[in-house]
Amino acid sequence: MEPFGVLDVIAVPIDEVNVDTNQLCPTRFNKVPRGPGYERILFHDRRFDAQGKEIAEFVLNREPYRKACIIVAERNFGCGSSRESAVYALHAFGFRSVIAPSFGDIFASNCLKNGLLPVRLPAEAVAAMRRQLHAQVGAHVRVDLVQQTVTGPDGAAHSFEIDPLQKRCLLEGLDDIALTQRYGTELAAFEARHRAAMPWLFR
Amino acid sequence: MPAPRTLFSKIWDRHVVATAEGDATLIYIDRCLIHEGSRHAFQMLKERGLAVARPQQIVACSDHYVPTLNRASGVGGIADEKIRGMVELLEANTAEHGINLFGMHDQRQGILHIVGPEQGITQPGMVIVGGDSHTSTHGAFGNLSFGIGASEVLHTLATQTLWQRKPRTMSIRIDGPLGFGVAAKDVILAIIGRIGIGGAAGHVIEYAGSTIRAMSMEQRMTVCNMSIEAGARAGMVAPDDTTFAYMAGRPFAPKGSDWDAALTDWQNLPSDPDAHFDRSIDIDARGIAPMVTWGTNPEHALPITGSVPELGAASAEKRSEFESTLAYMGIAPGTRLTEIAIDRVFIGSCTNARIEDLRAAADVARLGRACVPASVVPGSTPVKRQAEAEGLDRIFTAAGFEWRDAGCSLCTALNGDALKPGERCASTSNRNFRGRQGPNGRTHLMSPAMAAAAALTGRLTDVRTLVRGG
Repeated sequence: MEPFGVLDVIAVPIDEVNVDTNQLCPTRFNKVPRGPGYERILFHDRRFDAQGKEIAEFVLNREPYRKACIIVAERNFGCGSSRESAVYALHAFGFRSVIAPSFGDIFASNCLKNGLLPVRLPAEAVAAMRRQLHAQVGAHVRVDLVQQTVTGPDGAAHSFEIDPLQKRCLLEGLDDIALTQRYGTELAAFEARHRAAMPWLFR
Repeated sequence: MPAPRTLFSKIWDRHVVATAEGDATLIYIDRCLIHEGSRHAFQMLKERGLAVARPQQIVACSDHYVPTLNRASGVGGIADEKIRGMVELLEANTAEHGINLFGMHDQRQGILHIVGPEQGITQPGMVIVGGDSHTSTHGAFGNLSFGIGASEVLHTLATQTLWQRKPRTMSIRIDGPLGFGVAAKDVILAIIGRIGIGGAAGHVIEYAGSTIRAMSMEQRMTVCNMSIEAGARAGMVAPDDTTFAYMAGRPFAPKGSDWDAALTDWQNLPSDPDAHFDRSIDIDARGIAPMVTWGTNPEHALPITGSVPELGAASAEKRSEFESTLAYMGIAPGTRLTEIAIDRVFIGSCTNARIEDLRAAADVARLGRACVPASVVPGSTPVKRQAEAEGLDRIFTAAGFEWRDAGCSLCTALNGDALKPGERCASTSNRNFRGRQGPNGRTHLMSPAMAAAAALTGRLTDVRTLVRGG
């Protein structure tokens, strides 16, 4: 995983509530292996018509949002299916952070595993940021993971919470399997206890 | 006296392997369920040169991509090369790593959330993860079961553990008898309609109360299945005699002295009387009517006696959501739900394709004849065989319903079964998201009896009017 640096990039406002992972990656694309062209999958059925032509009104088909790297979203972004392809598609398009009042739990976990930072901020702060982005098309939002702050177009900084281990994994681009493998002794001891207490689980 | 604990806490505590900075906890995974969608996880496993740590604790099912018609020609006979490739890839990956696969021609084949319980793989007290959000289904047996993405499947395959933060707990207590024609599906749709699609985010729900206690395992599974549609990390029901009676004698259930020991353990799992929940909600079952969804997520659920919302009555925030939802669904504000005509009916999915679901649908199907295309897709091959032994298949086919082989089918529209653009489906599945059943398809969620009623009339229908009025 690439280490997460400071972002100071174009942010796109998406006002819709409950954007589910089926919108981010329509189910039929789950069978597509990752590779060139994967960015087309993102919001595919909202971005393209049945003939594969761009739908001009969709926000990601407009300049300067084709170069956006942050989404400022509404509540419950990424709800629904556990498909990690939704995050792969966001990543392939160039997104590195989504800021929202709340997220689907599985989606947020999937983001963190792929170097994409989900930032939870109070709903009023996120709504204000979206209004500023609508007013100043192409404005930047700055995300500083070390300081745990988001700075909106108006210059106001907002602090956010993140689990310390998740923060370290993102900053260092750490592979958490390698981290877990350091707990081999603890795991062996646990399995011995677990097997003794619940032998039927291991028949 | 130790502090009283919830069912969830008891299970969590006994699966902690280690802790790290903050509240990161390494928990042990007893079982991991996968399907054809595991391709990304196996690809990453290969790229990193990792082995599967505990293959005997991984369970694979061919369900999402398998055809539900014309299976005689085998996997090789699947016409679409990419769909066939997904089924073959799971066969190859599980063979390579020594993982137990319930493949397309296995007599126990079916949807992973139906196979696990049916085979006795799903047990109380376990931690079960699955590369599928409806893994919450298994919590009906009093375990902690939740869906994960491909990277966490990879982590589980490689280490049989996961890093997690302890979720919060939520008690949903439902008391009272269910009314005539009201099913478990209506209970969970009513709950989601009340707390919202994100209403339980970050929480594990424990369903309790006399209504839940009176439910069969099949009904409890329907309720727990859709916990994710309220945003919950997991849903669970305390194990009781109903649970144990269901489990006894299942192929993978503990046997002999193991059974006795397991039973003692399971009987101690229910939440202690004064256990603390972070949130609690009480629901009166008597107030629940047969439900249908009118919009594009499961929180857009209303009693069938109601009408689509009027935009004027909606808040400013809801107004734009409702406008775009109704435009997608092709319904005018204020339309009576029973006036909505449908094009197709789907009875199936991990939510509602167990034997009791098929019995409930057949009881309605026998009253008439389907006037729109309707298909019944059993959740597993054993469910299919049992239904056939009970003559349900003949009731369905006599009423003009199509009787198919087991799989996920039109719930997730991956195997080639899909709605055409604009088609409107009365469906017993779990998600009415835009495009879920095919690009620009329109989905109305409901119970099996309600879906069968819709098939007979060609519109959304209050099943109580059919059954009572004859």
